Amino acid sequence: MDFKGFDRPGAPAAGDTRSVKVMIAGGFGTGKTTMVRSVSDIKPLTTEETLTQASAGVDHLIGVADKTQTTVSLDFGKISLNDTLMLYLFGTPGQERFWFLWNGLFKGALGAVVLVDTRRLASSFRAIEEMERQRVPFVIALNVFPDSRDHPVEEIRDALDVPPHTPVVAFDARDRAASRDVLVTLVRHLKDRSAAALEPR
Amino acid sequence: MSAPRRPADPSGLERYYVLTGGRSGPGGSASTLDVATLVVSRAVPLPGMQHEHEEILRRCREPLSVAELGAHLHLPFNILAVLLSDLLQAGRVEARDPIPAHDAGRGADLALLEEVLSGLQRL
Repeated sequence: MDFKGFDRPGAPAAGDTRSVKVMIAGGFGTGKTTMVRSVSDIKPLTTEETLTQASAGVDHLIGVADKTQTTVSLDFGKISLNDTLMLYLFGTPGQERFWFLWNGLFKGALGAVVLVDTRRLASSFRAIEEMERQRVPFVIALNVFPDSRDHPVEEIRDALDVPPHTPVVAFDARDRAASRDVLVTLVRHLKDRSAAALEPR
Repeated sequence: MSAPRRPADPSGLERYYVLTGGRSGPGGSASTLDVATLVVSRAVPLPGMQHEHEEILRRCREPLSVAELGAHLHLPFNILAVLLSDLLQAGRVEARDPIPAHDAGRGADLALLEEVLSGLQRL
């Protein structure tokens, strides 16, 4: 029998294991990889998508030589939520222009955390727009860098122009408990949205 | 019997071309693969099997995400998807997509969110 030796007694059947994914977005250098690293159970890994395009206007004799490759990398981590449920966290590529190249990157995500460096708010505008466009529910997490000035959360909410119900929290991406709490904020937000969607109109 | 050998130049387009037989994208069930899709072996490697197929079967005795497989095998997502589609079609692996956020316009399942929340709170 094919399965022989694969299932270990006492272990949950492999087919029962499920996964959920959460995207960690934000501008370049906002701490996405730092956050993935601080909460992940595994050493963060990198997976890649290679995009091959025929380059126009260049003449080559051999098929493979007239193509250019673009590599888009995702840093990711994993948290075992219980015996049969895995949470995968994916840090989006810093250059948002590559997001559309990775087909379905946000599809199937429970939601997203958009990281913001309060010293450079504008670097995360594009990420916020993209979450709204792709209808990915998100929370804003202000990554507090040592030389960040103290910014009132409401002031930043205004500057980022996010809806009033979207949580905005401040944290330190290097801190495991703080990063975990941001994920808790996201899941609570998702629960509120779900509950609201179920209410009769 | 000797294992299939890796191409002499183990990087770049030539390697991918050899691995996939020149196919550029998966068809059928594998075209919905997500980076967080879990893959689990349903068969043991066969003698003479392509090295990468064998490697996937070996690593997926425990469920492993497509992203983890890609990282361990040093293969980009689109190439891995082609290899997985071969194994899926042959019934040698099973794939389980991540539980999606939205189900026909409704929010995520509350019970699932509750499960995620208690898992996080135990960290």
